[in-house]
Amino acid sequence: MTRLAPPALLVDDVHKSYGIHEVLKGVSLSAAKGDVISLIGSSGSGKSTFLRCINFLEIPDRGRFVFNGEDVLLKSGQGGRAYPASWRQIERIRTGLAMVFQSFNLWPHMTVLENVIEAPVYVQKMNRKEAIDRAEGLLAKVGLYEKRHVYPAFMSGGQQQRASIARALCVDPAVMLFDEPTSALDPELVGEVLKVIRDLAEEGRTMLLVTHEMKFARDVSSHVMFLHQGRVEEEGPPAQVFGAPISARCREFTGALDN
Amino acid sequence: MSSTQSMLELLSPYPPGWGGVLLSGALSTVMISLGAYLVGMLIGLLGAIGKLKGNRPVLFVLDVYTTAVRAIPELILIIGLYYAGTDGLNRILLSLGLPAIEVNGFVAAIAVLGIVQGAYMTEVLRGAILAIPVGQIEAASAFGMRPFLRFRRIVLPALMPNALPGLANLWMSVTKDSALIAVVGYQELALATRLAAGNTKHYFLFFLAAAALYLVITLLSNVVFGLLESRFRRGQPKTA
Repeated sequence: MTRLAPPALLVDDVHKSYGIHEVLKGVSLSAAKGDVISLIGSSGSGKSTFLRCINFLEIPDRGRFVFNGEDVLLKSGQGGRAYPASWRQIERIRTGLAMVFQSFNLWPHMTVLENVIEAPVYVQKMNRKEAIDRAEGLLAKVGLYEKRHVYPAFMSGGQQQRASIARALCVDPAVMLFDEPTSALDPELVGEVLKVIRDLAEEGRTMLLVTHEMKFARDVSSHVMFLHQGRVEEEGPPAQVFGAPISARCREFTGALDN
Repeated sequence: MSSTQSMLELLSPYPPGWGGVLLSGALSTVMISLGAYLVGMLIGLLGAIGKLKGNRPVLFVLDVYTTAVRAIPELILIIGLYYAGTDGLNRILLSLGLPAIEVNGFVAAIAVLGIVQGAYMTEVLRGAILAIPVGQIEAASAFGMRPFLRFRRIVLPALMPNALPGLANLWMSVTKDSALIAVVGYQELALATRLAAGNTKHYFLFFLAAAALYLVITLLSNVVFGLLESRFRRGQPKTA
């Protein structure tokens, strides 16, 4: 792949421990604009932790993060661990890295529409009317225009997750982070959420996707990373990772789940 | 018949009736309670944040504060804080070469009751913040919200449904605790009642009237808190 522009996101050599338990032992990733990168692996492989280190919901012990050519400034804190030098910078970068959570995490005291316009209006200082227009368009796109004045607790899990995808889209993120977006859903609701994510992939959205949906990962990804015990055990185009993996563990994992 | 008439005359809002004294006492009670409640809420919010986010010295100071205030009987706290507070203030003024001042009873009552309320509020609000699912706050962070914006837009509205039952309790108790202010001579409803009863020797009548006024305050408060609760719970399905 030739890359003229700097990658949308470059992450290099991320380490993270909880006490003596080392969750990430040097994970790197480079995402060009339009890439859809799936992170797969068994529970405890570190894939969610890695995703949460990218927007600093977890503070990595070590690593380099370059976002659209801008280096995240880190200083060394307690015990030589990295620490963000400027939370302002992190907050600015986070706005360009919208996240979709496993448990949706919509704000329950706001209607769907209010959830979607919250960050555009209060963080990005977008004109409220403009934000509402934009949000209504996005809610129509995820099939929730009719539900825009409903509170999240009165909707199904699939609807809530689609609303949270609209919330993420509304900040016009350069990279979208999906943290197991369908893992908390009833099986019959998974399809409607995957369809929305598939549409986004086809539009050329840059996305990182932590998932257990193997078929889906194979279909939509441009690149797949298989994590095992805090390391990238295998990575490459989906045809390779799912079709002809070099690593025996990866073969076992994809074979066990993909049927 | 004549006894009913004389009762009405005694309760009349205009002298020689004592109704006006009682009503202005009730107004003082409500004003003191409101003031103390707001002061307490401010102390409570800062205290709760301090207990959740503070470093060790902050935690220690807050622990001493909440433990001491909740351990000492309120009557003793009020007398102690009122006289010690006034005395301490005047000693400081004296050492600065300034003349001593008479502390306004209304302000002192609000300050003293506010300090007491603050200790209880700290715990109510701390619990209410802890009950917010952490994911909602993470989502706010993930969208680039700064701590203050996050607190104002997400944490505060999310803690209210959790805190309101406890906050309503504290309001009900401060309206009654304000009666303790009578011991330092500030004329709120309880002292006004004693005054009226003592002057007319109609103890039963005036204490019954005062009880009715306290009941009215409580019933109105119930309505207000009911409205607040349905407002703050608007996003939550009703549980069976």
